[in-house]
Amino acid sequence: MTGPPIVRRPKRRLSAAFLLILPSIIFMLLLFAWPMVSGVLQAVRSPDGFSMTYINRMLADPGFWAAVRNTLLLIVVLLPLQFMLALAMALLLQARPKGQGVYFYLWAVPLGVSDLAAGLVWLSIFADRGYLNSVMDALGIGPVSWLSYENYGSMFLAVVIAELWRATSLVMVIVVSGMQGIPKDYDEAANVFGATYLQRLRHVWLPLLKPSLQVALILRTILAFQTFAVAQALTGQDFQVLVGETYRWYTALQNPNVASALALVVMAVSMLAAVVYLRLLREDTGSGKR
Amino acid sequence: MAEINIQNLVKTYPGGTERATNDVSLRVKEGEFMVLLGPSGCGKTTLLRMIAGLDLPDSGSISVGDREVTYLPPNQRNMSMVFQSYAVFPHRKVRANIGFGLAMRKMPKAEIQKKVAWAADLLEMTPYLDRFPAQLSGGQRQRVAVARAIVVDADVLLMDEPLSNLDALLRLGFRSKLKKIVEGIGTTTVYVTHDQVEALSLGDRVAVMRAGQIVQLGGPLEVYGNPADTFVGGFIGSPPMNFLDGAVMSAPDGTQLRIEDSTIEGPARAPEGKTRVGVRAEAIQLTDRNAKGTIPARIDVVEPLGSAILLTVKVGQQEIKVQVPADHPVKSGDEVHLRLPPESIRLYDPETGLGWDLR
Amino acid sequence: MSTPPRVNTAPLRKLRRQRIAIQVACVAITAFMVLPIYLIALAAFSSRSALNEFPQRFVPSAFSTETMSTFLNSTGVIPGLVNSVLVGIATLVVSLLVGAPAGYAIARFAFPGRNNYQLFLLFTRALPIVVLSVPLAQLFLTAGVYDTPLAVTLLHTALALPTTILLTASVFLAVPVDAEEAARIFGCTPVGAFLRVVLPLALPGVAAASIFTFVMSWNEVLGATILTLNQRTLPAQVLSSLSDSPLAFRFAGGFFLIVPAIIFIAVMRKYLLNMWGTTIR
Repeated sequence: MTGPPIVRRPKRRLSAAFLLILPSIIFMLLLFAWPMVSGVLQAVRSPDGFSMTYINRMLADPGFWAAVRNTLLLIVVLLPLQFMLALAMALLLQARPKGQGVYFYLWAVPLGVSDLAAGLVWLSIFADRGYLNSVMDALGIGPVSWLSYENYGSMFLAVVIAELWRATSLVMVIVVSGMQGIPKDYDEAANVFGATYLQRLRHVWLPLLKPSLQVALILRTILAFQTFAVAQALTGQDFQVLVGETYRWYTALQNPNVASALALVVMAVSMLAAVVYLRLLREDTGSGKR
Repeated sequence: MAEINIQNLVKTYPGGTERATNDVSLRVKEGEFMVLLGPSGCGKTTLLRMIAGLDLPDSGSISVGDREVTYLPPNQRNMSMVFQSYAVFPHRKVRANIGFGLAMRKMPKAEIQKKVAWAADLLEMTPYLDRFPAQLSGGQRQRVAVARAIVVDADVLLMDEPLSNLDALLRLGFRSKLKKIVEGIGTTTVYVTHDQVEALSLGDRVAVMRAGQIVQLGGPLEVYGNPADTFVGGFIGSPPMNFLDGAVMSAPDGTQLRIEDSTIEGPARAPEGKTRVGVRAEAIQLTDRNAKGTIPARIDVVEPLGSAILLTVKVGQQEIKVQVPADHPVKSGDEVHLRLPPESIRLYDPETGLGWDLR
Repeated sequence: MSTPPRVNTAPLRKLRRQRIAIQVACVAITAFMVLPIYLIALAAFSSRSALNEFPQRFVPSAFSTETMSTFLNSTGVIPGLVNSVLVGIATLVVSLLVGAPAGYAIARFAFPGRNNYQLFLLFTRALPIVVLSVPLAQLFLTAGVYDTPLAVTLLHTALALPTTILLTASVFLAVPVDAEEAARIFGCTPVGAFLRVVLPLALPGVAAASIFTFVMSWNEVLGATILTLNQRTLPAQVLSSLSDSPLAFRFAGGFFLIVPAIIFIAVMRKYLLNMWGTTIR
């Protein structure tokens, strides 16, 4: 082969790769970038040009603030619980009990369950004539109206439990996957040098799991801001969450502009949370070790 | 520093059909450097892990000093270990790694710093104390692992093939350094390796293991010069011991050995009958005159090693290795005569491979 | 040799107690995970009258398909089912057609901007669906594809695309380049080499990615609801009729939506860890 191919080949490879990714880029521009831009515009553009009417309407609606409070509360309560449960599950599996494979499969089942289905599943439990009340009736404690809008606490509890059931599997799988990447040697070495189980957790497992935990935290937080169908299935419109309000403004109130404004709020807080996490966690691991 | 008393240890791994250790007993003296040597699968690592407590035996007992520790969890045994992969914690600095065992024992910080500085100095790692393991080379990480192990005042020091991941040159250099350090500290040490050169050079005594059992226990010279069976003879030494088929015949003034068609003087009290003759390559002498009591042979391959010459020699249909000085004039195809000094001959049962103790 | 010392088996007993405690904990957690599924199945297969009983029975008195058949015969359910399957398969196909080549490009070519491209994909995975759905509804209205399976397919493909690309990239990376190059030396065109060498080896991983996409599409509820009115997918149908439907309907719907999940996880067991291991990176 003579001269030119050496110059030509890199370019040929470049264009081949480019051609291969081109459809995906076009797709995502059309279906990600365009809607996002359009959404921003939808929220701030009224027939008379740039306007804050929709945003103001959103802010003036008491439902909005209830939704903000509920969603934040949900995240603050749910996430620590989920992570502790997921960690416990991963550590239990680590101990290699008999039936470990079966346990892992069963614990991972909720991964494939949609949030709507999860809500309906727990509806059958929390409903006034549901299974939980049946048990309580048998125990003589008497039925409780778990999902009534008068019982804010129990509504909240029901949503937390349902989400705990549905979404912990994701964190568990990420943590288990992270654990499998940690060589057994570190734990054994710490053990020989005198570390108790708790000390090993603190000095070996948790530090080395940090990357996995970070990923899980960011992912779960962003997803938690989008809680919707679970609350909808369990409580209807009574337990308001941000995405639930978006849905309400779009369908019941027929106002796509305010709905867009709400969607933007969701996106803004998600991005903010992600940035905050990355900042916080990066300082922690500062020295660039991996 | 304490003695280790291992009695009748049996372990089979779950799902395994053979015993990993088959009724193994061993007593390691206080301050002794004991090497467990053998091919992979012989049970040496299993034995080490049971001493450490990382695996538990099915039956038998382990005592350290006057403490019975058979089923005690590792963190209560007061031992130190150097792992084959070093197991240096990647997320802590060298300083924290070395001091880990001391921190777990709740030693005051100032004292930890002093001891860490001492160990780092001994292993020449002082300039690296504030680095992370990822910034170190393999050899440096290995030294961190050793420092971490010696800084603790443990009853027993355990080492699982610590040199096997180093390249050949580093291995040689560090081997002597390791020996000096361990001798200086004086802790009872159990060292696992499959490298027989390492075993001979480091150990006070060597336990040669095979298929879950100790087949010979003795000092390096003993194990090298007087292998208990053909397996040990063939495993230890480079090149391995030669084995020839032969027969012992009694003679008026001692015994005679018949090898191929030649008869040579045999060792003093050898029992009559067929035998396997064991002799090391460097013990065989080359003469070119057909003196009485030599075996004719033909040189097949000449391999100059620099410090000596290794010859592959054909005795009849059998093939053995002979080592001669570097300046000995030889070439392939030469007809030579081999002299086997009777005191260097070891005899083995042709069926079982076990050695006949002729002393 | 001295007599063997008395071996202290107390630590062994402690270990046994710990293992029992671990089993108990595992069973408890399993009960938490599995019981609700049993209960919804129970509810879905109880007769209407049984559902109205109080207190509810935990053991089925009779197996009844009444609730399920009522559900299936309700307006919009069967069409919803059909739409869900349609959209799922279409999403699977389109996302593979668009995503697999991109995944291949990432795996085989070190093109400039590759890292940025991958970061961009990771970033889009974190984008909330709701942000896209509302404006897309508007766009689809003007484009005239509102309230069609196509609209939902497009949304779901957009959601599935980043994951598909990254997953197929790691699958292709696992196929050794040498095999491909050997094929080309022996006369195959690049496309031919891909079809004959890479694809068969990559098939299991690609299949896993496809199933993942299908289930994601099957489960997606918000976007599907916003983008459709009459041509709903099953989750959208159930959601929109939630407030008007009797409990029995909702229970049956819940059960129906769950079934693919269980099958999915059973099939994907092996790949679960791989998937999350690779996508974390």
